[in-house]
Amino acid sequence: MTRLLPFIGFLLLAGLLGFGIWWNTGHDQTAIPSPLINKPAPDFKLPLLYEPAQTVSRASLMGKPYLLNVFASWCIECGVEHPVLQAEAPTLGVALVGYNYKDAPDDAKAWLATHGNPYSVLMADTSGQTAIDFGVYAAPESFLVDAHGVIRYKHIGPITMDVVNDELKPAIASLQQEPH
Amino acid sequence: MRTLPRILLLALLLFAGAAFAQAIEPLPFKDHVEELRYQHLTAQLRCPMCQNETLADSNAPIARDLRNQIFQLMQHGRSDAQIKQYLVDRYSEFVLYDPPVARNTWLLWFGPLLILLAGAGTVFATIRKRSRAVTPATSPTAHATVDEGDDW
Repeated sequence: MTRLLPFIGFLLLAGLLGFGIWWNTGHDQTAIPSPLINKPAPDFKLPLLYEPAQTVSRASLMGKPYLLNVFASWCIECGVEHPVLQAEAPTLGVALVGYNYKDAPDDAKAWLATHGNPYSVLMADTSGQTAIDFGVYAAPESFLVDAHGVIRYKHIGPITMDVVNDELKPAIASLQQEPH
Repeated sequence: MRTLPRILLLALLLFAGAAFAQAIEPLPFKDHVEELRYQHLTAQLRCPMCQNETLADSNAPIARDLRNQIFQLMQHGRSDAQIKQYLVDRYSEFVLYDPPVARNTWLLWFGPLLILLAGAGTVFATIRKRSRAVTPATSPTAHATVDEGDDW
């Protein structure tokens, strides 16, 4: 039995390290779970990208659920998710609100002219100050906010068709089943 | 004729200094104490984007924004604990390099101590077993059993 002890120790260690590898392949190491889930969205007031004289706020968006999509023209992954948003925005069942993050307004407009504009409301946070309140650290990020202004779901990284079907649409469906 | 290259070199050195000053984005600290406090605080916080760097070290845009935010909060008289809480509220406890001692971090904090205790227990048990086995080691049969355990 004592002869086997080192071997058993080795097996335990190999098992632990193997578990670590298996666990890490199934989890995005760069995604930090947001502490804002199921908490009221931070209060914000931002100008519209196309009409900077007008502003959008948390209060003005209250009443209907919406998907807040943080994007920028300089963000490469945003170009990856953009065709998905273009195709899926009409079928989501909630408004797609664009959040242009730390972008030069002209760059953002040129980018949207090239790739299309799927957003029903589009605000601009040029300084990135409000984004800190949302805990944004890397575009693209998306927040599902319910009719009461509470953040219900967050996705970090590009929205793919798998994310739409496996996470986003079920999350929206559960919002719509709730009594208003 | 030899002065021209020297002037050029001097000019280059001066420009190098200017470039460096921009790279470290100097903040208008009111005194050295405040600067040290800022440096100490940003070194304790983790950049959410490039996850193995502190906010002080990181060059990521979000790290720069958060450093500025920390500086602004310091100007508004917030304490270190309040500033840390501000970031935890937005970016979760992930931003703290030292996780707080809580129910879900007990294993993290005291796990190494448990392993150390288990190791000490094993060493203690082995020493006791051997000292018992060695005492009657005058007979050849007892000697053989001791050898068995020492093979590896």
